[in-house]
Amino acid sequence: MKREITFSQAILECTDQYLANDPSVYVMGLGVPDPKGIFGTTVGLREKYGEKRVMDMPVSENGMTGVAIGSALMGMRPIMTHQRIDFMLLSLDQIINNAAKWYYMFGGKKSVPLVIRLLVGQGWGQGPQHSQSLQTLFSHIPGLKVVFPFSPYDAKGLLSASIQDDNPVIFIEHRWLHNLHGHVPEEPFQAPIGKAKVVNKGKDLTIVSGSYMMVESLKASECLKENGIEVEVIDLRSIKPLDEDTIIQSVMNTGHLLVVDGAWRFLSISAEIISIVVEKAFKYLKKPPGRVTFPDVPTPTSWAMANNFYPRAINILRKVEEILDLPCKSEEEWGIVTTGPLDVPDKSFTGPF
Amino acid sequence: MLNPDLAKAMYLDMLQIRLVEEGIADLYPEQEMRCPVHLCIGQEAIPVGVCSTLKKEDIVMGNHRSHGHYLAKGGDLRSMMAEIYGKANGCSKGKGGSMHLIDLSVNFYGTTPIVASIVPIAVGTAFATYLKDETRVTIIFLGRAATEEGVFAESLNFAALKKLPIVFVSEDNFFSVYTPLSERQPRERENTEIAKAFGIPSDKGNGNDIREVYNLSEKAVRHAREGKGPYFLEFETYRWREHCGPYYDTDLPYRSEEEFKEWKKKCPIENFEKLLLKENVLDKKQLVEMRESIQKKFEDAVAFAKSSPFPHPDEIFSDLFKEAN
Repeated sequence: MKREITFSQAILECTDQYLANDPSVYVMGLGVPDPKGIFGTTVGLREKYGEKRVMDMPVSENGMTGVAIGSALMGMRPIMTHQRIDFMLLSLDQIINNAAKWYYMFGGKKSVPLVIRLLVGQGWGQGPQHSQSLQTLFSHIPGLKVVFPFSPYDAKGLLSASIQDDNPVIFIEHRWLHNLHGHVPEEPFQAPIGKAKVVNKGKDLTIVSGSYMMVESLKASECLKENGIEVEVIDLRSIKPLDEDTIIQSVMNTGHLLVVDGAWRFLSISAEIISIVVEKAFKYLKKPPGRVTFPDVPTPTSWAMANNFYPRAINILRKVEEILDLPCKSEEEWGIVTTGPLDVPDKSFTGPF
Repeated sequence: MLNPDLAKAMYLDMLQIRLVEEGIADLYPEQEMRCPVHLCIGQEAIPVGVCSTLKKEDIVMGNHRSHGHYLAKGGDLRSMMAEIYGKANGCSKGKGGSMHLIDLSVNFYGTTPIVASIVPIAVGTAFATYLKDETRVTIIFLGRAATEEGVFAESLNFAALKKLPIVFVSEDNFFSVYTPLSERQPRERENTEIAKAFGIPSDKGNGNDIREVYNLSEKAVRHAREGKGPYFLEFETYRWREHCGPYYDTDLPYRSEEEFKEWKKKCPIENFEKLLLKENVLDKKQLVEMRESIQKKFEDAVAFAKSSPFPHPDEIFSDLFKEAN
C-alpha cells in the first residue's frame, strides 16, 4: 500500500527534511510559527528547529524580501511564505529588480537561491485582494522560475527542487489543493523544474492545465471518457521554464488544444501556450485552439457572482464540445453532480489524481 | 591626530578616487564609456573614512554613485574601468556598468541604483552573518534621499529587532538629482532621531573632514562588531559635478556658483593635504609621487579596458540562471 498524505503535509514534510539536513535553509513569513502554521505547512517546525531558523517577520514584505535576498547572497537558502499572493505585491521591487537580476547583472558572480511560497485563495468571499492568481506576472520576468504544483507528490518534489535550485523560484500553491490526498514517498526526492507531466493519456484532444484547474480538467476528462472521448491531460507543473516539447508532442498526436488556466485571459499563460503551438505546430492543428480562463475582471466577493467567475468542469466541457463539434449537453447529461455550494472545494472530491 | 601610516593611506585612497573620477570625466566625451556615470568628486572622505575602519572580511554595498565606495574597499580598478567600458572582463562582464560594481575578493557585494532598494539586501547579508555567528560587519552606503523610501524604515526596524551587525551610512549632499532635499523632507526632520526611535544609536558629522568620518565610523563599526546591533551615521558633503555625467552644472538654476565655491573651499582632500604637510606626515615630493603613481595606475586601467574584448553576442544569454553543479 503506497503511503498517502495531503498536499499541505507534503509541503511540511519537505520543509522539515531540509531544515533537518541543510543548515543553510531557514523559513520566514507572517504567521510561520503561529498555531495554524500556514495552513499546517509549517506546524511544529519552530519547536524542532528554533526561532532563528523558523521565524515570523515584521509586516514588511518588501524589506524582508530584500533581507532574504541578502542572506541568499551569503549562502543561505531562505524559504519565504505569504499566506496570500496579494500581500507579496508589496515586494515586487525586490523580486523583479533584485532577485531576478542579481545573477545576470553582476555577470554570474552571485546567485539568489530563494524560494517564495505564494498561496492563492479561492471561494468563501476571498474577493478582489485575497484571490489573485498571478503566475503570468512572474513568468514574464527573465530570471525567475515559476512552479505551480497540483499533486501532493509534486508539492513535495517541486518544493525540494526549488530549495535545491540556486536561483529564485516562485512557488505557487492553490489553497484548494492543500487538503488533496495522494501518494508521496517519505524519503526526500525531487520533481524536475521545467518538465510537464502527462497525467491522462488520450488521442482526441490535449488539455494543458496546472495547479487547481487540474482538478476541474480531470473531472471533465472523466466525463468525456465515459462518453468515449479520450483527452490527454497535461499538468504543466512549471510555467517558467515551460516544457514546450511535451505540449507540442501531444498536440501533434491529438490535433486539438485546449488550455485551462486559473488566471486572467489577456496576455496570459494560455495566450503564450497557444502562440507557441501556433508558431511551432500549426499544421497539426485540426481546429483553432481554445482556452478556459478567468474573465478579465477582479474577483467579486459575493458567492453569487464568484460562482460564475470561476471556471469549472462544465466550462471545460462546453469548450471541448465546441472544438470537437459535439452536441451541447447539460451538466446532468454530462454526469456532473453538484451537490454543495460552489464556493468551497468540492466535498465529494477525495483525490488522488 | 591619526597615526601617520593610516593618515597617508587615507590620503592616498581619497586622491585615487579623485584622480580616477577626474580621469573618467576627461575621457567621457570620447563616447566610449557608454553608460551613465555618477561621480562622487567632492565626497571622497566618506567612503575612505568609513572603509578605513573595516576589515577585509567586512561587507560593503553601495548605490548608483559608488565608484568611491568600490575603490575605498579595495575593489580592482582595472575591472571597474573595463566594466564602465562595457568589456567582457569587467567586474560584471559588461552586464552591469558603472551602477553595478562588484568585487567579491574584497567583499564588495554590489551596487544598485533603485533608490534604497539595496538597503534591505545589506540588512540581509548582516542577517546571514548573525545566523552563522560570524563577526563580520556590513556597511551600506545610501544617499539621504533614500531615507524617504518606506523600505528604509523597514530595514531599520528589522536590523534593530535582531540587533544585526550593520552600519547605515547616509551621505547627505543636499540634492536629489536637481531637487534640493528641502523640497522633499521637512526641515525639522533628523534621520539621526529617526534611527534612535528604532533604538539604533546614531551620529551626524562633517563628511568633508576625514578625521571626523573615521572617528565616528570607528565607533559605529566597533559597536556593530561587538554584537550591540546596528548603527546609523549621516554625513553632510557636497557633489561637485552634475548628478549624472562628467560636467559641472552650476549654470543650471538649481544651485549657485557661489554655493559651489564655498564647498570647494571645504575640499576634503586639499584640506587634509594641508594638514598632513603642516604636521610633517607628508612632504611635497611625496605628494607628487603619489599623484604620479595613481595617474600611472589609472592610465594602465584605461589601456587595459580599451584593449579588452567586448562580450561575445552569445553572452546576452549567459548568466540568466545558475546551473546546478
